[in-house]
Order: sequence, then C-alpha cells, then structure tokens
Amino acid sequence: MRPAFSVIFLTTLIGAGQGLFVALYLAALGASAGWLPEATHRFHAIGAALAVALTAAGLFASVFHLGRPERGWRAASQWRTSWLSREIIVLPLFTAGAFFYALAHGLASGDADTRFTVALGALTALAALALYVCTGMIYACLKFLQEWATPLTVINYTLLGLASGFTLATAYAAFLAPALAPFFGTGAHGLGAAAFASRAASLARNARLRPKSTPQTAIGIRHPRIVQTSMGMTGGAFNTREFFHGRTAATLRAVRWTFLMLVFPVPAALLAVGLAWEAAAPLAAAFAVQYLGLLAERWFFFAEARHPQNLYYQAVS
Amino acid sequence: MTQLALVIDLNVCVGCHACVTSCKEWNTSGAAGPMADFNPYGADPTGTFFNRVQTFEVGEYPNTQTVHFPKSCLHCEEPPCVPVCPTGASYKRPEDGIVLVDYDKCIGCKYCSWACPYGARELDEKQRVMKKCTLCVDRIYDANLPPAERKPACVLACPTNARLFGDVHDPDSEVSRAIRERGGYTLMPEWGTQPANHYLPRRRTELAIAPEELERVDNPLKLDGKLPKPAHREPALDDVTSW
Repeated sequence: MRPAFSVIFLTTLIGAGQGLFVALYLAALGASAGWLPEATHRFHAIGAALAVALTAAGLFASVFHLGRPERGWRAASQWRTSWLSREIIVLPLFTAGAFFYALAHGLASGDADTRFTVALGALTALAALALYVCTGMIYACLKFLQEWATPLTVINYTLLGLASGFTLATAYAAFLAPALAPFFGTGAHGLGAAAFASRAASLARNARLRPKSTPQTAIGIRHPRIVQTSMGMTGGAFNTREFFHGRTAATLRAVRWTFLMLVFPVPAALLAVGLAWEAAAPLAAAFAVQYLGLLAERWFFFAEARHPQNLYYQAVS
Repeated sequence: MTQLALVIDLNVCVGCHACVTSCKEWNTSGAAGPMADFNPYGADPTGTFFNRVQTFEVGEYPNTQTVHFPKSCLHCEEPPCVPVCPTGASYKRPEDGIVLVDYDKCIGCKYCSWACPYGARELDEKQRVMKKCTLCVDRIYDANLPPAERKPACVLACPTNARLFGDVHDPDSEVSRAIRERGGYTLMPEWGTQPANHYLPRRRTELAIAPEELERVDNPLKLDGKLPKPAHREPALDDVTSW
C-alpha cells in the first residue's frame, strides 16, 4: 500500500492525544485515592487542552485524505457496519469529553468537588480506549490485507498510542508537576516495553506470511507459471498509484530499523536520563524522537501491506 | 432474487479492447458525469476506467498461451467494499444485485478501494469520488432502447461474443447455462466474496481423429484398408497382352 501521510499524521497525533488524556486521568485518579501527589487544576486543564489540540491537529490532517471533505459529516451514518464510521463518531466524542474535562479543571478552584470531573474523565478515557479499537479495526477488519488482519494491529495501535501519550505526559509533567514525572515515566517505560513486544510479534508474524492470493487464483488458471505481459494501459491509473509504495526493499528495511530504534530504545534511554537527572530537556526530546519514530512506524505499516489487487498490475504496456 | 452479472469467455476473448472503449464512451457521456482523463496526450496519461483488458502469458516457452483477461467490477454477492463505506454511498441493490456508488454521497476516502481485493474501484480525479462499473444500469432498463440493446455497452461491443450478460440466479438463463456447462468459475474464491461475474476457461482446440473414422470397426467384407489389386508396380493384364 502507498503510505497516506494524512492518515499517518491522523493516527499518530490522535494516538498521542488519547494516551496523554489517559495518563492525566490515571494521575488524577491516583491522586484522589491518595497514591500519587496532587497536581494543580491548571496542570490537568492545560494537559487535557493539549490532548484536544492533538486530536484537532489529527482531524485537520485527515481532511486532506478525503476527496470531498465538505461531505465528511455523512461519514457518521454507517456505524452499524463500518469501523471508519465508528471512529468518526468516537473521535469527536473523545475530543468533546477532553475539552469539557479541561474546562471543568480550568474553572475549578482549589478544593472544589471533583466527582463531576472524575466521572467525565472516566467516560472520556473510555472513549479514548474505544477510539484505539476503532482506529485499529479499520485496518484489522480488511481480511485480505493479511499483514493487517490480526488482533495485533489493534493491540499495536493501542499500546503505541498509550506509550507516546505517557512519554508526552512525562515531558509535560517535568514542566508543570515534576512530582508526577516518575509516575508517567514508569508508565511510558512499561507501555513502551509492551508495545515493543506486540510490534515485534506482528513484524515476526508478517515476515512469515504467505499470500493467499496468487496469479493463479487472480485469473483462475492453474498453471504454475503465469506472467503478466500487459495490464491494459501504458499510462498509470489509480490502481498503480494507490497500492504501490514504489520503494525498494532496502528502503523498507531501513525504515523498519529506524522506527524500531526511534520508538523504543532511544526514548526509553532519554526518559531514564531525564528522570534520573530531573531534567525536562531529555524528556521533551524523548517524546519528539518517539513521535518521529511513530511516523516511520505508521509509514512502514502501510508500505508493508501487500494488496492482492497488485497481482493485476505487474507489467506496463 | 435477481443477480445480474457478466460471464466472460476467456476462450474467445481476443484482447481487442472494444469493451474498454465502448465502456468508456457510454459511461463518460452519461448524466453521472465524465470519467476524467488527465494528460491524455502527454508522457504520463491517466484516467478513470471501469473496465480493462489485461494480458497474461501462461506456460513455459514454447508451450505458452496468451490469455486476454477483461476485468471490471465483479458485483460480488458478499461485496467487501459495501460494509466498510462510512457514508452509505456504496450499496448493493437488492432488486438486481448491482453494486453501485452514489456519487452525491461519496466523500472520496478510498477505504472501499482498499477493501476490494480485485482493484475494481478508482478515484475519479475530477469529481473526487469513487467510481466503478455500474453494469450500465442507465442502459439495461432504458425502455426507449430496443430490447436487444438493453445490455451493458461492453457486451454489445464485443466482436467475438465473449461477454454474456444476464441473471446468474435464474438457472435457465444463458449465463447460468454457460457457467454450468462450460466450467464457469470466479476470481479469488479464497476471500468468500462470491463474485457474481464468472469467467469461462480456455479450452483445448485440437483436431482429434479416431481410428474408426478411417477404418470401420466391423469392416464386413474386410475391404477397408486393403490396397487396390494388383498393386501398381505389378504387371496388369494390359502389360501381359500388349506385346
């Protein structure tokens, strides 16, 4: 598949936004239970607003994916069958929840009743988790894109999003609530390790995949040697652009190693350094590096998928 | 229930692309808007097509066959492109099984093209919506046309009659009979899409002469296969008496 940059930015930005909100909400829960140090309302308000800004930026990027964005509202209608439609319903729900959560914390005074914000935050955190499932299922439900059609896709989207959100929360806490940074940092380490395990598992799985569709099943002729001599046109078409990444296998390998380094060990090391030195700069760098790595990870996710329609477009002339 | 479909006979398709051009001509001229071409005379032309004829070489040289393979939307009975559509623009008509796109509802998200294993859907670069074969839905029900012309444009254009059109759910239709009696099959059956369009396989065309066509099995007077007597080298009566 050709990597769609609008979708790459959409999924990585909202993934980090969702993860950030979940991290903030867990910190608030922990504080109300007395397990974690209290953070100010201002910390939670600005953090939730940051999550809103990330999802808004993702939504803005997604507009460039559509041929007719002015009709985008129609996309909420088929939630009974389409995971894309479900995502388009849950995304604004999450954004609205995070917005009102930010507003509630922003308007609250020091010892206000927090039951409303806790309830609102619970619903919004649920929406964040549901949104991960929707995003992952958009890809995992396409059964003939065998690289995607696995529960690991949903798990990867969830864990990678949560890990990047916790990394961002660590960096953010270093500026406004340093006492919470170890909690977020531990979460980022744990989620990063889990994400590494599931992403490595999906890489190993996909390396062993054998395509179910072959030239034989594509045209229904059983001979073992079938070579396309013409795809019916000399110029290009949608079919030759949308489903081919057009890069060499060496590029793919390079991108894979790049994201494996940038998403997992490098941010983990930067987080460890930042937490040990109680310095904000390495923590901010950890998020920046991890986000760049996630862009590469999403690019690879698309490029790795081999669409069976490509069997029909193997030879020009 | 009716399921309209094409049955394409690979045994007689000669790869002339008449179905491609007639499809484009009919469908670019309709009320649904043009199938836009860009840079048609330039170095890198591109455009929207509902139908293509592809060519495959099967076998090892010198024992190869050239197979011309027309490909358009297969109007699957379980179309994977329809449930993924977030807007409901993609739908399968219950009355005749044609899979269609409502160009006024489509947002051009391309998700349905990802969900089609056959590559039957294209994004029209001008209208920015997904397009695909409509089975000439604006033609096959047109009461202003003579009944013989109420068929898809590609079917009417085919000079070798390689394209049959009809209801594959009616066991007595021409297409059902062709599928049944001439080994009709579907593409990529492994995904359970149950394409309505079928293909008829290539067949051997060899001259086969059985021995009994040259010599009768019973051969009552043992005449078949005997040479004329006397053989032409032996002296005949004329040779004996002519000296």
